Formats: sequence, structure tokens, C-alpha cells
Amino acid sequence: MTSAPGSTDERRDRLADPRTARYLVWALYAVCAGLLLIDPLVHKHGPFAIEHWIGFYGIYGFVVSIGLVLVAKAMRRILMRPENYYDR
Amino acid sequence: MTVEVSPGLILILGALVVPLLRGIARSVFMLALPVVAFLYLLWLPNGAYGGLSIFDLDLTTIRVDGLSRMFGYVFLIAAFLGVVFALHLKDTVQHVAGLFYPGAAVAAIFAGDLVTLFVFWELTAMASVFLIWASRNENAIKTGIRYLVIHVGSGVLLLAGAAIHYQATGSIAFEHIGLGTTAGALILAAFGIKAAFPFVHGWVPEAYPTSTVTGAVIMSAFTTKLAIYALARGYAGTDLLIPIGAAMAVFPLFYAVIENDLRRVLAYGLVGQLGFMVVGIGIGTELALNGAVAHAFCSVLYTVLLFMSMGAVLYRTGTAKASDLGGLVRSMPLTAGFGIVGAASISAFPLFSGFVSKAMIISAALGEDYFWTWLVLLFASAGAFLQIGLKVPYTAFFGRDSGIRCEEAPPNMLAAMGLASVLCIGIGVLPMTFYELLPYPGDYAPYTLEHVVTQLQLLMFSALAFAVLLRRGLYPVSLKSMNLDFEWVYRRAAPTVALAGWDIAVALRRWALGAMFKPLSAFLTGIYRHHGPDGILARTWPTGLMALWTTLLLAAWLVIYYVQ
Repeated sequence: MTSAPGSTDERRDRLADPRTARYLVWALYAVCAGLLLIDPLVHKHGPFAIEHWIGFYGIYGFVVSIGLVLVAKAMRRILMRPENYYDR
Repeated sequence: MTVEVSPGLILILGALVVPLLRGIARSVFMLALPVVAFLYLLWLPNGAYGGLSIFDLDLTTIRVDGLSRMFGYVFLIAAFLGVVFALHLKDTVQHVAGLFYPGAAVAAIFAGDLVTLFVFWELTAMASVFLIWASRNENAIKTGIRYLVIHVGSGVLLLAGAAIHYQATGSIAFEHIGLGTTAGALILAAFGIKAAFPFVHGWVPEAYPTSTVTGAVIMSAFTTKLAIYALARGYAGTDLLIPIGAAMAVFPLFYAVIENDLRRVLAYGLVGQLGFMVVGIGIGTELALNGAVAHAFCSVLYTVLLFMSMGAVLYRTGTAKASDLGGLVRSMPLTAGFGIVGAASISAFPLFSGFVSKAMIISAALGEDYFWTWLVLLFASAGAFLQIGLKVPYTAFFGRDSGIRCEEAPPNMLAAMGLASVLCIGIGVLPMTFYELLPYPGDYAPYTLEHVVTQLQLLMFSALAFAVLLRRGLYPVSLKSMNLDFEWVYRRAAPTVALAGWDIAVALRRWALGAMFKPLSAFLTGIYRHHGPDGILARTWPTGLMALWTTLLLAAWLVIYYVQ
């Protein structure tokens, strides 16, 4: 199906366009950098020392997210079964 | 006017009238029930009502206070959303169950004693199972039976605990119970099963995705949050709940990464969110308890919203499998938008409901020096964003284009999702109005620079991790598969062990009989040979032969008589 320029279909296609995704990723890099830059200006009240390290929350979030996905991926080797596993 | 009717009874009794109505009248009546119950609850002052005496037991069927009121409100809102979402259905069973079950849950919330609680505890299980069976296939029937066994089991534990509690204290009032006694342990086990504690959580990812499009929406709201309410009432400040909750918050995330059925991913996300509430109840300070209650309230709304958006996808495309979906934003832009609101709320994005409630629990952990718990909760926050907030909308609505082109969700579904979205954003934007409803006093400010910046850092860097993993091809692809969870123990391991045990027992019995009764066996074989069915002594002769001999004898006698 081809869509006329400016039509609703074209606008919707743009939402799912790989280029849109690329712009979003660049925006994400910018936001992350910005958050790291303002981090020293934010006064933290928590009792734990590591919370006061610059960028702790960002680095922690990044590391645990990568870890979570890689560990889960490894878990597939043990846990994954065909969809009809219980029906056989 | 004396108040003797629980708000829940309005829904329960109303549900029984639903089959008598048709068409518009039925729709209007169903929409009116939760509204009437909600207005009634608004009007109802705090206090204890509906006293009953049965077998020397003094029941308090309605207890309204800050804690039960909050859960009552959100349950009635969820019941209304459920009715709107299911309005297009013609299935009377689902309509009745969809009102009876929330009604039973509301009545359980307002139960002032353990016996009333038990009655409605079991009724929620029995009513909700019809939402699973409404899928009307073999798998749904089997899953429903397992669900029923687990939940009735929870009720039995509750009743046993209540009986022991009554013997020990002479009271059945449902107040703080604590873990010190046998009764306390039994009742905690009963609550824990419904709250999906680790190792008894299997029923959540099993039952919800098996339920119907609308059934899963309704089920996701009530049972587990009823258990959270019961824990907050009976076990506030119980230290054991902190590690349990921390484990609950984290381990489902690993399953969410590799799960293919998106409604099952949401079920794992739901269990993870319960973990936050359980931690809050375990910490037990006023801030932590307020946080647990607030998070339960918000969680009902955004979980319902997420299940609605995936339900709409399932309704229109016939599948909720990640491996079959993608690019649906072209066909269902509104559903996608509402789904993203739900995703942002569960991820605790600033200005969305999850942020103002989750922050309270994390602050409570921080304030009470629970270092490891705090780290785990941060992990769980990042993971919930990654696996629910990003993965679910990305795989369904964006990502690879599956080529599926379908209609937007029906208007009633859009209305329900729109209303839920408004509530999710409303709570996020106006937290102070929301906080005033919370049961315990305290002033908490969610929107400090510190909270917003640290939370945004956590979330944005998780998103960065997601982007990096996707671009490097490290994110696990969606495969047509399922993953073994704890239900494997009772669906595969236990039956295998039991059947093997049975075979061994049969073989042992045969061997024992052979060895010990060999002489007896020979004797018995002899008897059988002579007296068995074919034995010579058991043989039967036809009666005709007898008659023939008699006739011959008589004839012979006659001949002899004449001869003489």
C-alpha cells in the first residue's frame, strides 16, 4: 500500500521509521550526557556513601540493565522449552 | 439509616441480576453498579458496621478506615474500568464474574474479622476462575482447576490459622497478627500464596495470560492487591517480608526478558511490583506503609491499563506473542499511546503515577538504612523500565514491522484505556491531592530535584543499555517458546515422581505377595481350579436335564404299573 504525502498513513509510517529511531537514540545520548553534567549540582541526602558518587544512579542503572539481559539470555539454555511442552 | 450493607455486596448482588437484563439496559446497569458502590463508600463514615453473631462468633462485616478505604476506592475504580473495557462482549458468564469477583474482593477488603475475610477470600477465587474458564479451551480448563486448587488451599490455611488464633486469643478480629505464633505463620502462608511470594507465584504467570482478553484485565487488579492489603493489615513491620519482597521485585524480571507472550511478560511485571509493596510493608514505618498502599493503588491502575492495551492487541490481531507482533503503531496508534502511558507509569517516570508511589518505598528503605534492599529496589526499578516500560511497547507497537494491519481497538476499550491513562497521569501530576487520601500521617515531597534527577539518571541509562543491546544484537530475540518456571514443579516434576512412586509401589506389592505367599498362592490356585468359575464343583447342569430324567422315571413307573 502506498500512501500519499501528508496523509495519516504516511505520518504513522514515520512513527515507526528507522530514522526516527536513530534520532531518538541521539536524543537519548544527549539526555544522558546532560544528566551526568548536572549531577554534581544536585545535593543528595542519603546515608550511603556510594549514592554521593557522581553519576552513581546512571552507572548503576546501565550496568544492572546489561547484566539483567545477559544473565536472562544465559538462563534460556536451562529454562527454554518448546511452546507445547506441557501438552506432550 | 443503619448501614448494614458492604459496598462489595452491591456488586455481588447486582451481578446476580445481570443475566436477567439485555442490551442497553444491561450495559447501563453494569456501569451503574461500581459507580453506586463508589458513591456509597464516599458517603460512608469511618467505623465498624454490619455486626453479626454466628455460633458465638461476633463478626464485623464492614470495617471502614483509612487503609481499607483506599483499597476500596481503587478496587471500585478498577471494577468500573473492567466493565467499560468488556462492554462489547455478549458473554454473560464473563459479565457476571466480572462484577461478582470485584464485589467479593471489595467485601474482603472491608472484612473486620477473619471469618468474614475467609468467606470473601474464597469467593474471590471461585468467581475469578470463571474468567479463566471463559477462554473455553482445554488448557484454560486445566489452568483454572490448578488456580482453584491453589487458591482454595490458601483459604484453607487462612481458616486453620483463624481457628488457632481464636483458640489462643478468644477473638477473631482482623488486626495486627505478626509472625510469632502458629496461627500467625499459617495466615502469613495463606496471604503469601495470594500475594505471589516466590515459589508460590506460579499461578500468576500461568492464569492471567490464559484468561480472556477482558478477564486478564479484571484479574490483574484484585486478587494480589487484596493479599497486599491483608499483609499491610496483619503483618506491618514483619522483617521477614523485606527479603521476600526484594526477591519478588527482582527475579520475575529475568523471566520478563526471555518471555515471548507479552501478557505473560506483564504478569511477571505485576509480581515484581508486588515485591516493592511487600518490602514497604516489611519496613513498616508510616512512610513505608503509605508507600506500599500508594503503590498498590497506582499499580492497580497502570497494570490494568497495560493489560488493556495488550488485550486490545490480542483482540484485534489474535495474538499477544512478541515473535508475531511489531509495528502496530501504524494500525493502533491510540492503543499504543495508552500502552506507553501505562509503561511510563510502571517505570516510575516523573509525572506518572508509579513515580510518586515507588519513590516513597525507596526513600523509606534509604531512610531506615537498608543498604542491600535499597540497591535491589533500584535494580528492580531499572529492570521494570527495561522489561515492561521499554520491551512491551517496543516489541508490540514499534520495532520490526510484522506486516499486521488491523483496526484500532473498539471505542469502549479506548474509553477504558483513556480513563485509566488520565488517572495515571493525574496522580503523577497532582501527588499532594493523592497523598491526602493515604492512611497514615506524613508529608512526603516526591518532586525534589534530587528525586527527579536520580530517577531520570537510573531510567535514561537503562534506556541507553536497551539501545546499546539492541544495536549490538545482544538483546535476546523473541522466540516461539516458553520458559520453565516454578509451575514445572507441580505440572511436571511432582506428577513424574508420583507416577514413578506408584509404579514402584505396584512392583513391590507384586514381589512381596509372590515371595511371602507362595504356599498360600499354590493353595489358592488349587481351590480356584476346583471351585472357580470353570471348576468341576462349580459347574452347573441345565434344569432341562432334570426335567427329562423326571419324565423318563415317571414314564417308566407308568409302564411298570400297566404291566402289573
